Amino acid sequence: MVCDQCRERDAVVHLTQIVENAVSQVHLCERCAAERGIETTVSVPQHPLGDFLQAVQQQAAQLPGDAARCAYCGTSLRDFRASGRLGCAHCYGAFEHSLRELLRRVHGSTRHDGWRYESRDPDLMARELTLHELREQLQRAVAEEQFEMAATLRDQIRGLE
Amino acid sequence: MTLDLSLLPDGGLQWLTASGDHAGIVLSSRIRLARNLSGYAFPPRAREGERLRVLQQLRDASGRIPSLRDAALVRVDECTEQERLLLHERHLVSRELAGLDQSSGAVRGVPGASAVFVTGDAGLMVNEEDHLRLQVFRSGFDVPGALRTAERMDRELGAELPYAWHGEFGFLTACPTNTGTGMRASVLIHLPGLVLTQEIGKVLQGLQHMGLTYRGLYGEGSDVLGNFFQISNQTTLGRSEEELADQLVRVVRRVIEREEEARRVLLRDAGYIIEDKLWRAFGTLRHARNLPADEAMNLLSGVRLAAGLNLFSGLSVYTLNKLLIFSQSAHLSHAEGRVLTEGEANLARARYVRQVLANEANLPG
Repeated sequence: MVCDQCRERDAVVHLTQIVENAVSQVHLCERCAAERGIETTVSVPQHPLGDFLQAVQQQAAQLPGDAARCAYCGTSLRDFRASGRLGCAHCYGAFEHSLRELLRRVHGSTRHDGWRYESRDPDLMARELTLHELREQLQRAVAEEQFEMAATLRDQIRGLE
Repeated sequence: MTLDLSLLPDGGLQWLTASGDHAGIVLSSRIRLARNLSGYAFPPRAREGERLRVLQQLRDASGRIPSLRDAALVRVDECTEQERLLLHERHLVSRELAGLDQSSGAVRGVPGASAVFVTGDAGLMVNEEDHLRLQVFRSGFDVPGALRTAERMDRELGAELPYAWHGEFGFLTACPTNTGTGMRASVLIHLPGLVLTQEIGKVLQGLQHMGLTYRGLYGEGSDVLGNFFQISNQTTLGRSEEELADQLVRVVRRVIEREEEARRVLLRDAGYIIEDKLWRAFGTLRHARNLPADEAMNLLSGVRLAAGLNLFSGLSVYTLNKLLIFSQSAHLSHAEGRVLTEGEANLARARYVRQVLANEANLPG
């Protein structure tokens, strides 16, 4: 049975209304019922990401200071708005201003106040990481046939090694 | 590959033992931490090669991580659909990692290098939405216990692996709703009293004012079945892991009190009706020949309530927990050694439940 109001979704709420001694039946989907303020039985909230995505999408155009794309993984703010997922850790730097706004809205704060991360040997880890990231970038450059960039990256990697 | 559940420490089901506090009402407590490794795109964006290297890096490190040394590694991408469902029914992998469609529940394929490490009371999902999703389970109401284990495991992992970390934002995750602590603390709780007295709406609304949220038995996107709810923190940034966990514990303690109060009211005002309903639920489970999954879940909820009200004394909470997991379709198929159709599963479910109740329930007629 289709919802009497939107005529799209399945009706799950069946109401018997009595108006001026006339009995009528109304069949509504959950959303239209909710719009009319009719409480249905317990239902799990919509995918919580739904509200979150809405917040992301409603946000104004990209804030000044933010990159158009993440230089590391190529994700754009538009990609993020569509999926609600960032592409990599570097996206947090690339879209820092927009994200700070979003984090404040979602969590009510932007400052992490919990466990700190301490790596075993920061210097060694940093060097391994740089090498690792350069290698990843090199693979991307080759895959995308950006050979000049690939050559530069190769030199950088050799220098570090 | 054939998934041999006996290879998983405790079958990954240590939390079923019903050993913790309030085990009749709170089935389990769980801490989930989301972590990513520096230097790779997050899994939704990563190429196959990157995902494989993440898994490889973790395998290489696992020998040096005490809590993973004896863990079993299951390559979810090499499992059959049935095996993935089985892992999901045990709460060892999420809907996403099992390849279950969020809305329809249909089984899709999963991308390469999806995996899970399983230890006695913890699981580490690899290449889900984040590179790592650590889950620690405790039987009953024991959030602090789960948090202690999660913290220790997180330190061990962090000492060997380069986490994606930001001085201001904390642990970085693919979805900004998890950024900061990356922590979701939750309890799986049975609230039939509040549902029957129709108090549940108010309680659930109240949760949202306290910074908490709720979902169904199988987490995000799953239905509320058998009056089981998962209650968890909603935000992850700006407060410490301990504060977030404390808040959950405080509110859940209050929810338990209200559930107990609702049960007292039910017994006082509608004693014989409730007693009749619950015995009928038991009778159906004890004798039915054809038992669809949703019906079984609701009847088991009734029997669980009856045990909580001390109407039955011969049925342990452990048996009820076991029935809840092992009466699900993939578990029934696994026990039969072949994939059952829905109709066959309904018959097998009825058989299994009858058998357990005949063997383990010591009840007056």
